[in-house]
Amino acid sequence: MSPTDLFQPLLMKIEQVIEETPDVRTLRLAFADERQGREFTFRTGQFGEYSVFGEGECTFCIASPPTRNGFIECTFRKAGRVTTALAGLEPGETIGFRGPYGNIFPIQDWERKNLLFIAGGIALPPMRSVIWNVLDLRDRYGDITIVYGARTVADLVYKRELAEWAARPDIKLVTTVDPGGETPDWKGEIGFVPAVLDKAAPASRDTIAVVCGPPVMIKFTFPVLARLGLAPKSIFTTLENRMKCGVGKCGRCNTGKYFVCKDGPVFTLAQLQGMPQEY
Amino acid sequence: MNALREKARELLAAKTVQVVIGYGRGSGGSARAVFMRAPAQAAELIFDATCLQNLAVYLMKPEVRKLGKAALVATPAALRTILQLAAENQVADNSLLALAPVGEDIMPLATFAAIEAHVAAADHDLSAAEGAELGKFAAMGLEERRRFWEEQFSRCLKCYACRAACPLCYCTRCTVECNQPQWIPVPAHDLGNLEWNVMRAMHLAGRCVNCGDCSRACPVGIPLYLLNQKLISDVSSVFQARSGMAARSDNAMSTFKPNDPEDFIR
Amino acid sequence: MESEKRSIERGALSRLVEQWLSQGKRVLAPMHSGDKVDFAWVTSLDDVSLDHVQTVQSPKTAVFPRVEELFSFRSADGRVEVRERDLGALPEIVVLGLRPCDAAAMAALGAIFNWDAPDRLFSARLARTTLVTIACSRADEHCFCTSVGGGPGAVAGSDILLTDMGQGAYLAEIVSAKGREAARAAGPLFAPAPGMDKESRLATVAKAFSPDAIAAALERMFDAGGFWEEQSRRCVGCGACAYVCPTCACFDIQDEGGISGQRLRCWDSCGFGLFTLHTSGHNPRWLQSQRWRQRLMHKFAYMPERQQALGCVGCGRCSRACPVDMNILEHLRAVAEAKP
Ligand SMILES: Cc1cc2nc3c(=O)[nH]c(=O)nc-3n(C[C@H](O)[C@H](O)[C@H](O)COP(=O)(O)OP(=O)(O)OC[C@H]3O[C@@H](n4cnc5c(N)ncnc54)[C@H](O)[C@@H]3O)c2cc1C
Ligand code: SF4
Ligand code: SF4
Ligand code: SF4
Ligand code: SF4
Ligand code: FES
Repeated sequence: MSPTDLFQPLLMKIEQVIEETPDVRTLRLAFADERQGREFTFRTGQFGEYSVFGEGECTFCIASPPTRNGFIECTFRKAGRVTTALAGLEPGETIGFRGPYGNIFPIQDWERKNLLFIAGGIALPPMRSVIWNVLDLRDRYGDITIVYGARTVADLVYKRELAEWAARPDIKLVTTVDPGGETPDWKGEIGFVPAVLDKAAPASRDTIAVVCGPPVMIKFTFPVLARLGLAPKSIFTTLENRMKCGVGKCGRCNTGKYFVCKDGPVFTLAQLQGMPQEY
Repeated sequence: MNALREKARELLAAKTVQVVIGYGRGSGGSARAVFMRAPAQAAELIFDATCLQNLAVYLMKPEVRKLGKAALVATPAALRTILQLAAENQVADNSLLALAPVGEDIMPLATFAAIEAHVAAADHDLSAAEGAELGKFAAMGLEERRRFWEEQFSRCLKCYACRAACPLCYCTRCTVECNQPQWIPVPAHDLGNLEWNVMRAMHLAGRCVNCGDCSRACPVGIPLYLLNQKLISDVSSVFQARSGMAARSDNAMSTFKPNDPEDFIR
Repeated sequence: MESEKRSIERGALSRLVEQWLSQGKRVLAPMHSGDKVDFAWVTSLDDVSLDHVQTVQSPKTAVFPRVEELFSFRSADGRVEVRERDLGALPEIVVLGLRPCDAAAMAALGAIFNWDAPDRLFSARLARTTLVTIACSRADEHCFCTSVGGGPGAVAGSDILLTDMGQGAYLAEIVSAKGREAARAAGPLFAPAPGMDKESRLATVAKAFSPDAIAAALERMFDAGGFWEEQSRRCVGCGACAYVCPTCACFDIQDEGGISGQRLRCWDSCGFGLFTLHTSGHNPRWLQSQRWRQRLMHKFAYMPERQQALGCVGCGRCSRACPVDMNILEHLRAVAEAKP
């Protein structure tokens, strides 16, 4: 039976724990109740509240695509009380999940367009869901370019998937690390994401860009995209305002008149330009 | 009052300070903090029996610090606060000007030494009324005292007005906000309230200058001053230490001395 | 529907309280507490203060307590069991002696808690709460109900509105179905009210501003940083204004009790510096002036647009409780007069 209360989580079993970097983990989660699992649907871009009972809840996006059923995945960095507890859990253990919450990446509107994904650091998870989603529907989209940067080689997450994407002829993948963050056998680019993006100069006609990453990266990436000729309404990002309830009540994510948990987390640059700088 | 306004006008006109933190008239005849930045504003300053807030609390606020060098209309408690903040390395000598009202006159105190001399000349002991109230409280049996505080703390909302009003609660991340481990329960239930109030009282032991602002700030009227005054009198009798009297002093509760008495540890 | 007019004697009021208590209801009413008057759970009308202007706290605790359990959980042998909160076990509450502004505030709280998805716990508490309001015969300089759509004798939100007519008699306006049910249960304690007119008994509260004008001004003022800094410089960033406010609803969620414990909801405030702190260390509202702006914006601009409800009922509690005399009415006037 599904919980009737908004705040009561569904129970999820940890099926698999993948150590992405020393402090980043991906969990594959299956619904403890199979029927709940069959009934559960979400769309790419949405997030959830994950709980470790006795420690509390934290907000992560759903990092797996809706095209793959029966489980969801999240990728998180060990940062504080709940994420530390979560990082200590092993396959077979039970956690809670509320969701899906928030709006979506409107991928239906993007069909036949070129897609450019730009991510920095631990911000690849929200993007991983949408990337796999469009890759699972590959023939509906034009060129797909992924530019992903991290501070050091060790900080790159989803190494197996990066290898898989690099091997695919129908995607252009550019990986980069900050100067000094490379290893002797590093074959990718060296430099900050905006500069590398300038060099990669992907298709700019009929292009949709999705940018996720630390605020500085986003700030310096927008002008590059403008130079490439992208309109603000074709540039998407996600906001990460502090959240508690996820359902528009606790007040924490309120940004101007918007609630990031309900009106977001996905926003276009055009929308951000019309919003107060409070994120 | 005229001497104060004249002094403030002069300081602002000469740009000796960028802001005068003082009192102006507030709602219903009360006084409120004002931040005067132009000579003409000095005329709104007041000083009378309604001026109770310890304005030294603003010395620790980034929004006020960024205004530049300040002159601060300082009650005796505010002067003690400045010295205590100095002892905790939070304010630098010569970085602010204390304006101590003395009768109708105003005494500018530019250095810690001047403040120390001024403070030393005054009587900072508990008033007779304060002493009597504390005596009554001390005379309660252990059980009665526990019930008294349980009843008081049961009303606490955890609004942290006491902390926000306290010039010595300047931590950017207070212990109640540390969650690894979660030292103090966040909710305002009995345990959370007890731990919060005892923790705050203990953090102020040997530091509190008895300005009374926490009690005045408390919307539900919990007599926090009783805790503070009890700790002040205990610290003074056990360690012969008194906060807010000197710009260089060791904090009684965080300084070990070989000859510290240990007989109260059981 | 026109509310039905009855009358009740002070003596009968005290029997009414006894009746409620004997029916197992909890009665929340203003009580003297030191030199203040505040809501408390009372056991007789003798404890109730009837001569104050306003209480320190609002009666929101009846529907939104400062701590409440959302659900509990038990973990054993790697299995977790979540136990839904039994809403049927929530107490029936009568709030006696709240003011018309407080009764109006319930709608504002409802607008927040039930926005889009209903909050079952809040709604269940509200459904089990009967509001027996006492109209205001006195007001103080902090009251401004008439500027935000209310008034000292307004019935909106109340189940029963009592007005002290002097000589120990109250006019009782039975406003809602819940009020009719309460009056029916009280039987003969409520008598006919021939020709009682409350108007002359009510306090006068002058209109100070129009909320539409405030909303229109705020619309243009988000970036008026200097204005907000001047306005809020003395604010020390505590939670007093939010915690005493009948419409403030920001909350936190906390787990307690280890692996077999409870998930709790507790009051929080957008005035606290760490409220919006991101995990990265970035804080979108890093200054108190931004948080003060949020308080006014949320109540007077965002809520009217998003939740179709004003977030302020003009009770004046925040002004009275503020340790540094931030007087909201004065600040709203300043907004209305600001030259952008
Ligand atoms: C829409 C959205 C999507 C997100 N997606 C992801 C994702 O996919 N992956 C991911 O890793 N993260 C994501 N986040 C961020 C994630 O929600 C937080 O990292 C997580 O909630 C941290 O929880 P915690 O309990 O472990 O940390 P907390 O214990 O709350 O601590 C977080 C940090 O703040 C500090 N801190 C905590 N309390 C205080 C305090 N009172 N004062 C000062 N500092 C304090 C801690 O030291 C720590 O550095 C997302 C956030 C949002 C809003
Ligand atoms: S209570 Fe203690 S930790 Fe908290 S602000 Fe005060 S001194 Fe700092
Ligand atoms: S001011 Fe009073 S109610 Fe608020 S936290 Fe302090 S003791 Fe509690
Ligand atoms: S904001 Fe102030 S005046 Fe308005 S409802 Fe809240 S406490 Fe009352
Ligand atoms: S306005 Fe007053 S009560 Fe509200 S946060 Fe500021 S100091 Fe505290
Ligand atoms: S997270 Fe609670 S309102 Fe958005």
